Amino acid sequence: MSHDGHHSVVIPAPGPEFVPHTVAHHFDTPVQEFQSMKLGFWLFLATEILLFGGLFAAYFYFHESYPETFRLGGHQLDWKLGALNTSVLLLSSWTMAMGVRSSQTSQKQKTLFFCGLTVLGAVIFMVIKFFEYRAKNEHGLIVFSELFHPYDLTTNSLPWFKDYDGVMAGVPHPHLFFAIYLTMTAIHGLHVVIGAGLILWIMKGTAKGRFHAGYYLPVDLVGLYWHLVDLIWIFLFPLLYLVP
Amino acid sequence: MTTNVPVIDSHAAPVAGRKNFLNCSSGFLSWAGTLDHKRIGIMYLVGVSLAFLAGGLFALLVRLHLWKPDGMLFDNVQYNQIFTLHGAFMVFIFVIPAIPGSLGNMVLPLMLGAKDVALPRLNLLSFYLWLAGALMATLAIVLGGFDTGWTFYAPYSLYTDQAVVTIGLAVFVLGFSSIFTGLNFIVTVHKLRAPGLTWFRMPLFVWAIYATAILQVLATPVLGITVLLVAFERLYHIGIFDPRLGGDPVLFEHFFWFYSHPAVYIMVLPAFGIVSELVSVHSRKPLFGYKLIAFSSLAIAIISFLVWGHHMFTSGQSTYALFAFSFLTFFVAIPTAIKEFSWVATIWKGSIALNAPMLYTLAFLIIFAIGGLTGVILGALNVDIHLHDTYFVVAHFHYVMMGSIALAFFAGLHHWWPKMFGVMYNETLAKIACGIIFVGFNTTFIPQFIMGSRGMPRRYATYVPDYMGFHQASTIGAMVLGAGVALMVFYLVASLFQGKKAMQNQWGGVTLDWLTPTPPPLENFDEAPVVTTEVYDYSTLDYKAMQTPVA
Ligand SMILES: [Cu+2]
Repeated sequence: MSHDGHHSVVIPAPGPEFVPHTVAHHFDTPVQEFQSMKLGFWLFLATEILLFGGLFAAYFYFHESYPETFRLGGHQLDWKLGALNTSVLLLSSWTMAMGVRSSQTSQKQKTLFFCGLTVLGAVIFMVIKFFEYRAKNEHGLIVFSELFHPYDLTTNSLPWFKDYDGVMAGVPHPHLFFAIYLTMTAIHGLHVVIGAGLILWIMKGTAKGRFHAGYYLPVDLVGLYWHLVDLIWIFLFPLLYLVP
Repeated sequence: MTTNVPVIDSHAAPVAGRKNFLNCSSGFLSWAGTLDHKRIGIMYLVGVSLAFLAGGLFALLVRLHLWKPDGMLFDNVQYNQIFTLHGAFMVFIFVIPAIPGSLGNMVLPLMLGAKDVALPRLNLLSFYLWLAGALMATLAIVLGGFDTGWTFYAPYSLYTDQAVVTIGLAVFVLGFSSIFTGLNFIVTVHKLRAPGLTWFRMPLFVWAIYATAILQVLATPVLGITVLLVAFERLYHIGIFDPRLGGDPVLFEHFFWFYSHPAVYIMVLPAFGIVSELVSVHSRKPLFGYKLIAFSSLAIAIISFLVWGHHMFTSGQSTYALFAFSFLTFFVAIPTAIKEFSWVATIWKGSIALNAPMLYTLAFLIIFAIGGLTGVILGALNVDIHLHDTYFVVAHFHYVMMGSIALAFFAGLHHWWPKMFGVMYNETLAKIACGIIFVGFNTTFIPQFIMGSRGMPRRYATYVPDYMGFHQASTIGAMVLGAGVALMVFYLVASLFQGKKAMQNQWGGVTLDWLTPTPPPLENFDEAPVVTTEVYDYSTLDYKAMQTPVA
């Protein structure tokens, strides 16, 4: 068989503008390769969910402990911007799905078009996120310039939480909501950026003709990743912006 | 067709000068950039062995310091750093990756009849993440050390002025190394089994690695986010573990033990797997209760997610939680005992070969019985209130971590050493070293059981003079143990340079790993194997391969 490395399985390209795919040497069939990568990626997505699971657990624990803090904190976020971002991500999930579909049917230009739209969605999302963060900064709810300053033991105060307008006055540990908001959205934002980077990488491969009806596995996997990023936001939005 | 695989012929007539995975290419890059699971396994082996020696050195320093009640070597902060280094290196850099990373990588694809793991690039990435984590941990020592204990308990870990962020990120990176290894092995077991190799024909080492892999994937992310949150606490005071800011340190303990109890089984299940293989091969008898052992690995994996609270009996959980966690903890003993009994029943009336791997295995069986049973004692609520945070706990988990896991690792190492390198170590020295290690280990930790039951708290740099005799006995034991390990390292390394040639099938195994040429060729099998017989069927054993030296 293939122990000498000379024999390998090749999936032919569907046309001259595409490149054939060589199945990795240790797989016997393209199906085995496809299923292995897919299973591996689903497991990876499970670890992502568990990672966020820890954050969600912390959210619920403190929401239970300090419901007033969370209710009032949630009111300081702009739910309209949050809803806008939710729609942007939902739309981008659709464009990503269309991108994957186009790749599966060897439609190079359409794949590039829909993946491009998805990246645009990611950019819009991050720009809106930036304006939201800036507003929190202006009201002293998250003072980014003092984020990493040490805790002031003499005044017992947190340098990054100033609350200039006193909107959070009277509730216990008002910074907790914003700390959790920042941590969850920042880690999610990092995933958005990574996802956009992966989509750009997919576009590069598509332009070179590497992905087509015979081999679209990476496009499929990046699509899954993007849907997960959206899914996590679907949970973040009501929990943070529409605190019950 | 009664033979397992057609490659048996190649044993009888080894081709002189044929290439194997060790000599098929050479040079630094052929190793550093390799995608071959066997070479990655050997890189892991070198790495985790160095980590073990470093961790062992820290342990010897701790024991030396405790020779006298006032301490011999360090001030209190230094002492805290040294035992933290010992714990962190041993747990995160040695024990967790040791068996899956080295022997798992080496043997798993061979046992499955596969050419490699399913995701070879990810495998190499796992190794480099491990390396990066190990280097970051070392960097943390340079940056001033860390004195939190390997558990990083809040709020102390939030307030101490030491390099907690660096070691925390190191643990995060090491965690992802472990996750990717587990993910890789799950996919490999599911998708790369040879034709005919059904689930219940898989060797039990594969089952054990598979159960471990599930835990690695499902538990480790929680540790990842936990250490990340500790890092955030220190960087920008998120506040969730910090009581000054409305946070709850007990939440940290829940997060931490939700991972770290299953982590105990991430560490010990592969050891069970090795022992299952070895008792069968070296008794030349099919495993007693094969399916029971396989399912008990999965049962342990599942139950292990429900018992984390037994580490927190004194942390102020609700009474009902205490009852539940204590009760569930006893359940772990059932599948574990099933294994122990099955191993003993396998040896019973077998054709027992008392060679070095088997001696290490027998040492494991004795030590693990003690380690396991003292765990049941600690799982009992009222007893644990007394024994909590004493040397009794320390002795218990060393009977499991060092006495059981490390010994099983040594057993596996001696078992597959001829397979990996095609050479045999000096068996007489190996038997002597095994004896020294066994005596040294027990001398170290039996006194710790006794002084723990009498109230000696763990992690103290000094102690009242009443305990001096126990501490000194323990220190002497540690030195003996260290000498035994040094002897082992010596003859193993020496065998690489002047060991006599091993046999094609040194011990007479009948799983696929013993049916490839020794050492295996780059893609493991000259011809893709097809499995037609049940697992551990010694009637298929080809005695010629046991008498044919490697080419
Ligand atoms: Cu536990």
